[in-house]
Amino acid sequence: MRFTRIAVGTALASTLALTGTACGGGSSSTGASNSSPKTLTYWASNQGASLDIDKQVLTPELKKFEQQTGIKVNLEVVPWSDLLNRILAATASGQGPDVLNIGNTWSASLQATGALLPFDSATFAKIGGADRFMPATIASAGAAGQSPAAVPLYSMAYGLYYDKKLFQAAGIANPPTTWDELVSDGKKLTTGSQYGLAIEGGNVSENVHNVFTLGQQHGTGFFDAAGKPQFDSPAAVAAVKQYVDFIAADKIAAPGDAEYAANQSVTDFATGKAAMLMWQAAGANLKSHGMNPDDFGVVPVPVPPGATGAMATSSMVAGINLAVFKNTKNLDGALNFVKFMTSTDESTLLNKAYGSIPPVKDAQSDPAFGTPELKTIAGVLANSAAPLPQVANESQFETLVGTAVKNLLAAAAAGQPITDDTVKAELTKAQQQMPAS
Amino acid sequence: MRQPLRRPRLPRTALPYLLLVPALLLELLIHLVPMVVGVVMSFRQLTQFFIRDWSTAPWRGLGNYRTAVDFSAPVGRSLLNSFWTTCQFTVLSVGLSWLLGMAAAIYLQENFRGRGLLRTIFLIPYALPVYAAVITWSFMFQHDTGLINHVLHDQLHLTSGKPFWLIGDNSFTALVTVSVWKTWPFAFLTLMAGLQNIPRELYEAASMDGAGAWQQVRRITLPSLRPVNQVLVLVLFLWTFNDFNTPYVLFGRSAPQAADLISIHIYQSSFVTWNFGTGSAMSVLLLLFLLLVTGAYLLVTSRRRSADA
Repeated sequence: MRFTRIAVGTALASTLALTGTACGGGSSSTGASNSSPKTLTYWASNQGASLDIDKQVLTPELKKFEQQTGIKVNLEVVPWSDLLNRILAATASGQGPDVLNIGNTWSASLQATGALLPFDSATFAKIGGADRFMPATIASAGAAGQSPAAVPLYSMAYGLYYDKKLFQAAGIANPPTTWDELVSDGKKLTTGSQYGLAIEGGNVSENVHNVFTLGQQHGTGFFDAAGKPQFDSPAAVAAVKQYVDFIAADKIAAPGDAEYAANQSVTDFATGKAAMLMWQAAGANLKSHGMNPDDFGVVPVPVPPGATGAMATSSMVAGINLAVFKNTKNLDGALNFVKFMTSTDESTLLNKAYGSIPPVKDAQSDPAFGTPELKTIAGVLANSAAPLPQVANESQFETLVGTAVKNLLAAAAAGQPITDDTVKAELTKAQQQMPAS
Repeated sequence: MRQPLRRPRLPRTALPYLLLVPALLLELLIHLVPMVVGVVMSFRQLTQFFIRDWSTAPWRGLGNYRTAVDFSAPVGRSLLNSFWTTCQFTVLSVGLSWLLGMAAAIYLQENFRGRGLLRTIFLIPYALPVYAAVITWSFMFQHDTGLINHVLHDQLHLTSGKPFWLIGDNSFTALVTVSVWKTWPFAFLTLMAGLQNIPRELYEAASMDGAGAWQQVRRITLPSLRPVNQVLVLVLFLWTFNDFNTPYVLFGRSAPQAADLISIHIYQSSFVTWNFGTGSAMSVLLLLFLLLVTGAYLLVTSRRRSADA
């Protein structure tokens, strides 16, 4: 009797010890292989109005891919709030998807982790070549001088959306092309509970995207040529202050915008509470809020008068990239899937569904992308868009500077004075928290 | 008849230990191993360049700790700020939760119609999933469309303008409110259970001797509840000090400075800026602090108890 008990106990203990070592030994430095060629796991980012809409859009396409290749794709749509953490966890553990969407601004940061398969020319050849894509979108897929860490999937750029009816009612004939015009128009449009401009002040990423564009116009990229942060340079202070002043000094944006982080600014614009909005491809979103496409116009975001070169930047290169996880167990299948997703047909179909611009040049000729809105956005993307700094610390820059702007907007909303000094102090604090390396 | 198999006999005392082994191993696996990994991480420069293969991360010795406690530099200073904010938050939240729980528990000791219903209602915040509840609070705290401003400003006219609750300095008030709302039912439940164990005769004797309600609470209820309170306050302290969900759901990944709790702060230092070494060093410091407080607390309260006995 006692013998059995001991035997069972020992057996149990040794099993546990074995599982223990098995778990602890998860080596993460293995490379790609083709050991499971029949399945793929795909993490899609949330592009539609909800996760379910993404599933509805993607599932038929994945079925199509399965029919063509016999590879079953397991889809998981990951919300934006979780995506980066999930990717980091996958990187640290080596257990991740085979193919995944990444925000294109993360490309260089994730590239530095070594978790993503580099797209060198041989790899690019397998998916049809790099010259099928718009150059600006390839530039936003990794640090300059290195093989891109991903390929562009959906592209977007910022445009200035304006409410035609409200402009007409205020007696303004044309949308603004300079910031002075935007502010003076904004003041005319700010009456009662209606404001000239809506901004998403509680959203760290939106803040960074906008101050990056303004920074370019003031002559700074927030990093110097050697990749060292320059967050509190006079140009950066001027750029951030200009943005915060929409609430603080110009008072053309509602103080309540400082806490917006769930796309309330889009709702405000769609419902006539604000007359202007700077957004990336907002059309589909505005439509879902019941706004008639004829009621709004889109022009490039204002630039300083007479600006040329980088100072004429009116948007960051926004978009989603498609990456292959280096630890994939189905490398050939993963590349096949990338080729499928970036084929002219799929690029047309998916970008049409999400209201974005196809980064694949051949796909752009589809009439669906010939609407005035998307034509403007495509023009911005081709002519006046610059990628966010493609440096390894980009992700930290986004968080720290975006949070600094959020804090400044919160202070402005509470009625505290915003001066060059307060802006500089906040940006210096952000810069000092950047990792030394 | 065959001889019984000869086998090495274990000493009688070994069996209980042997039976404990699986539990010990599991404990090791689930609690201690991650903790040790965390401690090891805190000595390395584990940034994005090394997370794919941890073993290549360079050793930093005490460098991460030095960064964390260098209060003249921004990283250390913000950690210290966050620490004080968390202390104030914890004292307020635990204190208010305990007071509310105590008051409700004593009040509901009396038998009256609707007592069961009230007990159930009081326990609702404890039964709700944290995420859903806190998201609802974050809607209510919104500046333009939130219920709180609607009641305070539009209906009661208590404030001159609509205050912000989710950004700026008021966010601390918002955080304490949600935390107390979420925590006090547990205090209530525990104290109510404790009260059931106090013999009614004590109160009857006391009231015959002319003790009023307040004196009964002070002389009978509180001393009898001391062992319950000892554990309750400790548990509430640890939960509240480490609370991550409430501020994270309420404010998202970058909390306003006034409500920058230490758990969120460490999360930001490690996940958002991808510097897991410094984040781990901060976590280890937090662990040491909590151990110290818990140890001191148990020592003081137990000594007082044995002195009383």
